[in-house]
Amino acid sequence: MTATFLAVVARDLKLALRVGGGAGIGVIFFLAIVTIVPFAVGPDLPLLARIGAAVLWIGALLASLLGLDRIFAGDHEDGSLDLLLLAPAPLELIGVAKATAHWIATGLPLVIIAPLLGLMLGVDPKALMAVSLTLLVGTPAVTFLGLIAAALSVALPRGGLLSAVLILPLAIPLLIFGVAATNAVVAGEIPFGTPFRLLCAISLFFLVLGPAAAAAALRHVRE
Amino acid sequence: MKLVVEGLSCSRGGRSLFQGLSFGLSRGQAILVTGPNGAGKTSLLRLVAGLLVPTAGRIALEGSDGTVGEASHFVGHLDAVKGALTAGENLVFGRALLGGGDTSIELALERFGIGALQDLPAQVFSAGQRRRLALARLLVAPRPIWLLDEPTTALDTSGQQMLARLMAEHRAGGGVIVAATHATLDLKDARKISLPNGGAV
Repeated sequence: MTATFLAVVARDLKLALRVGGGAGIGVIFFLAIVTIVPFAVGPDLPLLARIGAAVLWIGALLASLLGLDRIFAGDHEDGSLDLLLLAPAPLELIGVAKATAHWIATGLPLVIIAPLLGLMLGVDPKALMAVSLTLLVGTPAVTFLGLIAAALSVALPRGGLLSAVLILPLAIPLLIFGVAATNAVVAGEIPFGTPFRLLCAISLFFLVLGPAAAAAALRHVRE
Repeated sequence: MKLVVEGLSCSRGGRSLFQGLSFGLSRGQAILVTGPNGAGKTSLLRLVAGLLVPTAGRIALEGSDGTVGEASHFVGHLDAVKGALTAGENLVFGRALLGGGDTSIELALERFGIGALQDLPAQVFSAGQRRRLALARLLVAPRPIWLLDEPTTALDTSGQQMLARLMAEHRAGGGVIVAATHATLDLKDARKISLPNGGAV
């Protein structure tokens, strides 16, 4: 079972990092969003510093939506999904493997680059640490949520838009507590731990719900 | 080990394809499924593999603890080959995923005459080479039940001979085969199941 899990993670990482895999697209999109904000609000550095954490979170959230619908669609199109269904492992575990690989290839780079982009917005260094930490906890939850949407839209030709529409409302709690925890570091009105622990709780919930719901959706397709 | 199918019924999109289909396969036996387009040949193979859920009936593997799906290979119309990976990487993945242990990748490719292509990305392969690669997966992860849906599609005569030889070896080793095809398939002493035309009124 472990061998199956590792095989799926290794293959998906390889596919994501090769030509046409699309692993770098999210980072570039993230950079684009953060870059256009100063054009919209003007070169007001105190204002940018104040809204910086929120901009980083929105950018990372939107960037992690890219490519989520492809988690299962590619395997469905070339018949690999049948192969995955015949593996001697529960479908839930296959889902965890695919989401893990997808997060390492697309989510982790966002977490790493977020502090650098924060410098462009003049965000407080203390807040930069908090942004990284909250994104590290929050972005896996977005990917695992996306697993559900990917499974639901597996046979649909324009599943990408549907995925984004399905995921965004559910990701709002992550956004709220992620930004709240970051602002807590700067403003100091509430301790960082309070919203951060709530963020962790929501994230854990989605990490469990995602694979279970995705497996149920894939099983339903067989009928 | 015996594969048993009892009273199997299948409907797709609200249309009944076949009803009350029963057959059994003991070690070394094979079944050839024939029937017109849309009769449900592919659906039958997918039902046996557990990739579809039947409307009625039972599929079981007697004398084994695992599910039928975990004992089966399914080679369908789609080759399940990733173009970005090399032939070797595709097989390494298939072997690890399906629990093939340490069977030789080189040997499997060699048996299908594509040993020289091991390090080439599969996207440059022709349709026949892709099909050979998909069939080579049968060898890297030994499983007793082979479900082959039109396995000779895109294969040239030498490829068809290689497949026939491996199918004979598989049966001699106690494996079973269910194959669906329109073409002639070299399966000696195979029983025939002819599916009725599901579209007929």
